[in-house]
Amino acid sequence: MTGAGGDELQAAVAAGVIGSGDRFRGLLRAITEVSRGIFGAMASSILLLDEETDELVFEAVAGYGEDELVGMRFPSGTGIAGWVLSTRTPLILDDVQNDPRFAKDFAAGTGYVPQGLMAVPLLYDERVLGVLEVLDRPQQSQFSLQEMELLGLFANQAAIALDLMQRARQAEAVLAGGSSGDLAVVSRLAAAVSALDEDRRAAGLRLLGDLADTLEA
Amino acid sequence: MTGDVVVHAASPRGPLPAWSLPREAEDQIALPTQWPERVTREWAWGGATGKGVRVCILDSGVEDGHPLVGKLDGAVTVSIDKDENAVVEEDTEGDLCGHGTACAGIVRSLAPECSLYSVRVLGAGFTGSGPVLLAGLRYAVEQGYDLINMSLSTTKKQFAGLLHDLADNAYFRRSVLVASAHNMPVESYPWKFSSVISVGSHELEEPMAFFYNPNPPVEFFGRGVGVEVAWPGGSKIKASGNSFATPHLTGICALIFSKHPELIPFQLKSVLFLTATNVGGGE
Repeated sequence: MTGAGGDELQAAVAAGVIGSGDRFRGLLRAITEVSRGIFGAMASSILLLDEETDELVFEAVAGYGEDELVGMRFPSGTGIAGWVLSTRTPLILDDVQNDPRFAKDFAAGTGYVPQGLMAVPLLYDERVLGVLEVLDRPQQSQFSLQEMELLGLFANQAAIALDLMQRARQAEAVLAGGSSGDLAVVSRLAAAVSALDEDRRAAGLRLLGDLADTLEA
Repeated sequence: MTGDVVVHAASPRGPLPAWSLPREAEDQIALPTQWPERVTREWAWGGATGKGVRVCILDSGVEDGHPLVGKLDGAVTVSIDKDENAVVEEDTEGDLCGHGTACAGIVRSLAPECSLYSVRVLGAGFTGSGPVLLAGLRYAVEQGYDLINMSLSTTKKQFAGLLHDLADNAYFRRSVLVASAHNMPVESYPWKFSSVISVGSHELEEPMAFFYNPNPPVEFFGRGVGVEVAWPGGSKIKASGNSFATPHLTGICALIFSKHPELIPFQLKSVLFLTATNVGGGE
């Protein structure tokens, strides 16, 4: 199969096998919790770039603001997260409480103005998917390059999870879309085969093989 | 600092690039040899202030008149119109996020008498950022700035070739690009090109400390941790990142250029090497 039809079928199979995009929210949330824990920070968040609207969306938040911020969005070209996104370079700011503009994206949602912030772009392949932020590390500790590298490693992990989530969501969107709705049965088949134990899966695949032969005949 | 350093062919309209060297032209390209037996920091920039050197901050804009930045000598903003043409206009908005002001303040702190120019390529939203970055860099190269500070990069492979051409073009026109290296395992540009000066961070607090890296592609390390930087609204904050190491090297280059305006980019890089803290400048 080629063209859009092939893409849709792949999406249908992908949706069946990798599951709901929302399942990855848990993974993103776990990443923010770990990064918050490792840096001893007040909060950590992952912002996803919505390319259609050119906005950044809070996708996962651990710590301060976790109840208010998820789903909140703001223009991608503004704030520190916007700068990190545009420049693809990490940024660490300390002692910034006298200028709340630096974190207005966060402050706008919670009223909480952090003292410091680390932000790193989430890069996957050549795409920038979003930004990972860590707010308010303990002020007594001098920031180190080692921490920046650690943050980079976390960002890598988060970017892979974000990429998977986006793919799953795209697959779901394709399936939900009008003419492609028919392909939901392909997705169900893929999910059903994927869930079978080893013996039954072999039998299931033989059955699908026979079906394919019949349809192609 | 203007003028060509390549071999010139006689032309009423000015110098043309030369592709070969005829015997009779040999004496026309004699260049003064003023290199000392040993290049020291004192020789390289002792007494220099950056005067006469034009430094461009290609970034989010710069707050004109900030106490740590002073007066700008020019500021433009770059955008792309609906026909995909680059539009360069006078910038009246200043700095939209603070980063360009921070970089400008660092350059000013090291080279107090240099001329600072802002070319704003950020702040127009995310989607246009690649083409705007390219257009901004092309404009900066055309303006013939001596130094172009680029504390940013792009991961888009589609721009790599064009950026490479621009970086090489700048190199041959004696415009030096000083670009932030990436400290994450990703491909990004233009810092990886050998025609630019790429900069990562070290943790020392000494602003004039910089290191040559014997394991490129990152060529130099500048001060990039816990730096007090200018921030919009006339304020200051403390910041870390390669973004802030880069203007430290830009400032040092401005000092060298103001004392030795005859240097061409690869000579400048050699002077940086010879005066690096871990080479000859640590004494």
